[in-house]
Amino acid sequence: MDLSLLERESESVWRVEPTGDMRVPGILYADESLVREMDEKVLEQLRNVASLPGIVRAAYAMPDAHWGYGFPIGGVAAFDPDEGGVVSAGGVGFDISCGVRSLHTGLTLDDVRPKQKALADQLFRDIPAGVGSAGRIRLDGDAMDAMLRGGAHWAVEQGYGTREDLERIEERGCMRGAEPEYVSERAKARQRDEMGTLGSGNHYLEIQHVAEIFDREAAEAFGLEEGDILATIHCGSRGLGHQIGTEFLRDMAAAAAKHGIHLPDRELACAPIRSELGQIYLGAMRAGINCALANRQIITHLTRRAFERVLPKAVLTVLYDVSHNTCKVERHAVNGEEKEVFVHRKGATRAFGPGHPDLPPELRDVGQPVLIGGSMGTESYVLRGTRESEALSFSSSCHGAGRAMSRHQAKRTWSGREVVDELARRGIIVRSPSMRGVAEEAPLAYKDVRAVVDAAERAGLSRKVARVEPIVCIKG
Amino acid sequence: MRESRYEHFPHDADVGVRGIGASPAEAFEEAALALTAVITDPVRVDAAERVEIRCEAPDIELLLADFLNAVIYEMATRGMLFGRYEVKIEGASLEAAAFGERVDVEKHRPIVEAKGATLTSLRVEQRADGTWLAQCVVDV
Repeated sequence: MDLSLLERESESVWRVEPTGDMRVPGILYADESLVREMDEKVLEQLRNVASLPGIVRAAYAMPDAHWGYGFPIGGVAAFDPDEGGVVSAGGVGFDISCGVRSLHTGLTLDDVRPKQKALADQLFRDIPAGVGSAGRIRLDGDAMDAMLRGGAHWAVEQGYGTREDLERIEERGCMRGAEPEYVSERAKARQRDEMGTLGSGNHYLEIQHVAEIFDREAAEAFGLEEGDILATIHCGSRGLGHQIGTEFLRDMAAAAAKHGIHLPDRELACAPIRSELGQIYLGAMRAGINCALANRQIITHLTRRAFERVLPKAVLTVLYDVSHNTCKVERHAVNGEEKEVFVHRKGATRAFGPGHPDLPPELRDVGQPVLIGGSMGTESYVLRGTRESEALSFSSSCHGAGRAMSRHQAKRTWSGREVVDELARRGIIVRSPSMRGVAEEAPLAYKDVRAVVDAAERAGLSRKVARVEPIVCIKG
Repeated sequence: MRESRYEHFPHDADVGVRGIGASPAEAFEEAALALTAVITDPVRVDAAERVEIRCEAPDIELLLADFLNAVIYEMATRGMLFGRYEVKIEGASLEAAAFGERVDVEKHRPIVEAKGATLTSLRVEQRADGTWLAQCVVDV
C-alpha cells in the first residue's frame, strides 16, 4: 500500500480521516513494513465499512489485515442499533466462529518425542480431515436443533468432554440467542455428516511445544512452561456456517435497497439490526457459533482419545477457545457513554483485558488468552488481552499470519512433497490427505506471524505471553 | 485457442474462478469447471451420475453466484465431484445438469473444499470480441 494514502499517528497507528460517504475514520494498526505489504484493497474496504449506517468510533484493521469480502479480513467494526446500526453477513464471514482452541496435555517435549510419529498417525486416523471426510456423529431433526442451541454445552452433555472445559470457552461454550429455526434446511443438510471434522484449507490440528516465554506472570496464570506440549485446533462451523453465510450474504445484498442502504460493494451486504432480516440473521449466525463451539468440543474429545492410545499419562485440559469470525453484543464506551453495540470481528480475535467480568476468575488478573495461529510449520503465539485495547479496538487483536501469496502461486512454487520433506528435516511431522493442499499452505505463502504479533503488541492490542512451535501438524 | 475455457485468478486469501464462452450459458459451464478445478482436475472425474440444478435470481450476476453455490451444495451434501456441466439460461432463471461421481480420495486427490461462491469480483459480461465472461471469487 502507498503510505501517502494514510496519516501516521504513531509508529504503529495509521489513520484515514472521513471523506465522501465515510461516517467515521478508518484506523489501521500495523508497522511500516506490514502496511507496505498490504493490498490497497484493505484501505478501500476499510473506507467502505466506515460508511455503513450506525457505525461508531471507527472502522479498525488489525496488523494481519488483508483483502476480504466487503470487510477486510482483520477488520473490526461496531454498530449502534439506536443509530440505525447494521449487522453484516460479510462482516462475520463464511466460516462463522472459525477459531482456535489450545489444550494443555500435561506432557513435555521429552515425553512426546519418542512417540511423535505414533501420535501423528493416531491423530490422523482419529480426526476426520479434508474433502469428503465425514464424522462419526450423524445429526438430524431435534438433535441438530439441540446442538445449534447448546453449542459446546450440548457436546459435553453428549459425553464429549467435561463441564470444566466450558469455563475456558468464550460465552462459556454456549452462545445465547441462537435460533435453529432460522437456519435453513440446506444449511442443516450440509452439516449432517460434518460434526467433529476439521475441514480443509488453512484448518489444522497441531501438537506444539512451548519454545519461548515472554511474560512469566501471565504464562504461570495460563499454566505454560517452556517445553510444555499443547494440542491446538483451528477450525470453524463447517458446512452449516458456510451455507448460512452464503444465503444471508445474498439475501442482505438483494434487500439492501429496500432497507434504504446504499452498498458501495455488494459484499458489504448488511441489514439494520432492528429489521426482520437482521434479527433472523443474528439468530442463525448465533446457531452457527454454537455449531463451531460444538465442533471444536468434539474434536477435543477425539484428540483426548488419540492421546490415551499413544501417551496414556496425558491429561488434556482446555487453555482457552477463541473465535475470530463473529458478531457479538458487547458493552463499550461510545462518546463517553457505555453502550451496547454489535461488534463485528472478521479475522480478528476478542482480547479482553485484565478485570473483564466475562473472564473466568483465575484469568481475571492477567487478561484473556488470545490464541494466534501461524502458518504450518512456523510458530504460533499465546497473547493476553490488555486494558487499553478497549479504547483502541473494542478489545480486539489480530488472528493469524495472513497470506502473502495466492494459493495459485504457492502451488506453482512448491510441491507438497517438498514442503513435507523440508518440515520433516526440522522435526515437524505433517499428515494430510492432500499433498497439493499442503503446497497451497506452504509456510512461505504466509506473512511472518512474528511481525504481526509484534505490531499488535506495539500498538497495545495485546501482549506476548509465549511462542509455540509445532512438532505434528494434521492438515485437512 | 478454444473459444470456451476456464481459468483461475488470484485473490489474497482465496481463489477466483472465471469461465469464458460463446454465450452466458457456456461461460457459466466453464466457470463451474473452474470451481471443480479448485478441488481437483475435472478430467479425473467420471460422469457416472447426473444431478439437476435449478436457480432463479434478480439479475444474471447473482444467478452465477447462486448457480455456483448450488453446485457447492450438491457436492457437499452428496459427497460428489462434477467433471461436466450443461447449462441453459432463460432470462434470470437457469436449468443445469452436473455430471460426476462420489469423491474418491485416492483417485481425485482433492486439494481443498469450497465454502461458498462470493460476490467479490462477481461479473457476467460480454467482452469486446463478443465472447462472454462469468467470474467470482470462491471462499476456500
